Amino acid sequence: MSDKMTDNNDKRRYVSEVHRRQNSKNYAMLAVLGALVVLFYVVAIVRIGGAG
Amino acid sequence: MTEAAYRLPGSGQSGVCTAGPADFLVLLKPRVMSLVVFTGFAGLLAAPGSLHPVLAVVAVLCIAIGSGAAGAINMWYDRDIDAIMTRTAGRPIPQGRIAPGDALGFGVVLSVGSVMVMGLAVNYVAAGLLALAILFYVFIYTIWLKRRTPQNIVIGGAAGAFPPMIGWAAVTGDVGLGALTLFAVIFFWTPPHFWALALFRNGDYEKAGVPMLPVVAGPVETKKQIILYTVLLIPLALTPVWVGVAGWYYGVPAFVLSVAFLGFALAVWKDDSDRAAKRMFGFSILYLFAVFTFLIVDTAVLDAFKVTS
Repeated sequence: MSDKMTDNNDKRRYVSEVHRRQNSKNYAMLAVLGALVVLFYVVAIVRIGGAG
Repeated sequence: MTEAAYRLPGSGQSGVCTAGPADFLVLLKPRVMSLVVFTGFAGLLAAPGSLHPVLAVVAVLCIAIGSGAAGAINMWYDRDIDAIMTRTAGRPIPQGRIAPGDALGFGVVLSVGSVMVMGLAVNYVAAGLLALAILFYVFIYTIWLKRRTPQNIVIGGAAGAFPPMIGWAAVTGDVGLGALTLFAVIFFWTPPHFWALALFRNGDYEKAGVPMLPVVAGPVETKKQIILYTVLLIPLALTPVWVGVAGWYYGVPAFVLSVAFLGFALAVWKDDSDRAAKRMFGFSILYLFAVFTFLIVDTAVLDAFKVTS
């Protein structure tokens, strides 16, 4: 009985840890994509302006 | 059942990747990346001509990402020996935090992405050189040479010498003699740098079956080779001055630093313990940073002189 409870607690802790990491990875991905959008926009403006 | 039993290698219970952003950052070998970025930036500044600051930032970013991507693919391929060696056992793949396939995918996507952006935003020569550096590091060094020959880091070291040449090509659109001299400095610096490390990590490499020079030929031969390369580095470090890439604001410190590097190599020759090798390894990193810092300073001084005259 007590073993089963410990088992469930461990499982719950593990799942929440996985969710936390997935969440932070999603935010990192969002930041990277946002940065790429800005980067491509700025590069396009610079190239149109005749640099490079 | 304990908590540890739930930690499945690289994936959650439903096969979902459980690694966090920090784990993926480690795959890019940030410490190696810092040296690569710095030397690439120095090549960019030393090259004749100019590049729009935004494009210069993009070029350095592409060099950084490309080098990191090659590092990720290297960690994917070397995951078996990384797990054996103390120095690398804490990496995300041997620790089970990232699945090998995820690391490979990450590396390939970043490699292709960095080369594409370099080609579209900067120029095709720089992009071609970046692609060559990545392919050289993955196929020539990691897959072909590393586990086969003690000359692995001599030839494979070329991959790490590409960044200043890529930076140069980003500005000029070609590979000049000046770029080749910067390439040569890193190329001849690499063997003594890695052999110093291999001397005090000999057991690790032996255990993993990597034929580094100290494992195959022993410490005495390795120390001889270290001295040989550091001697060759003294005139080579001055070649940027001879071809007109840099002046004596670079030349004098580069000469002094190279002689000091030889001094560390001679200390390794005399020392039977690991202490001198550890010191030399530490100094080798400082050496490269310092030499390229003086190259940047010299370029700034030369540019200022051109403006005032």
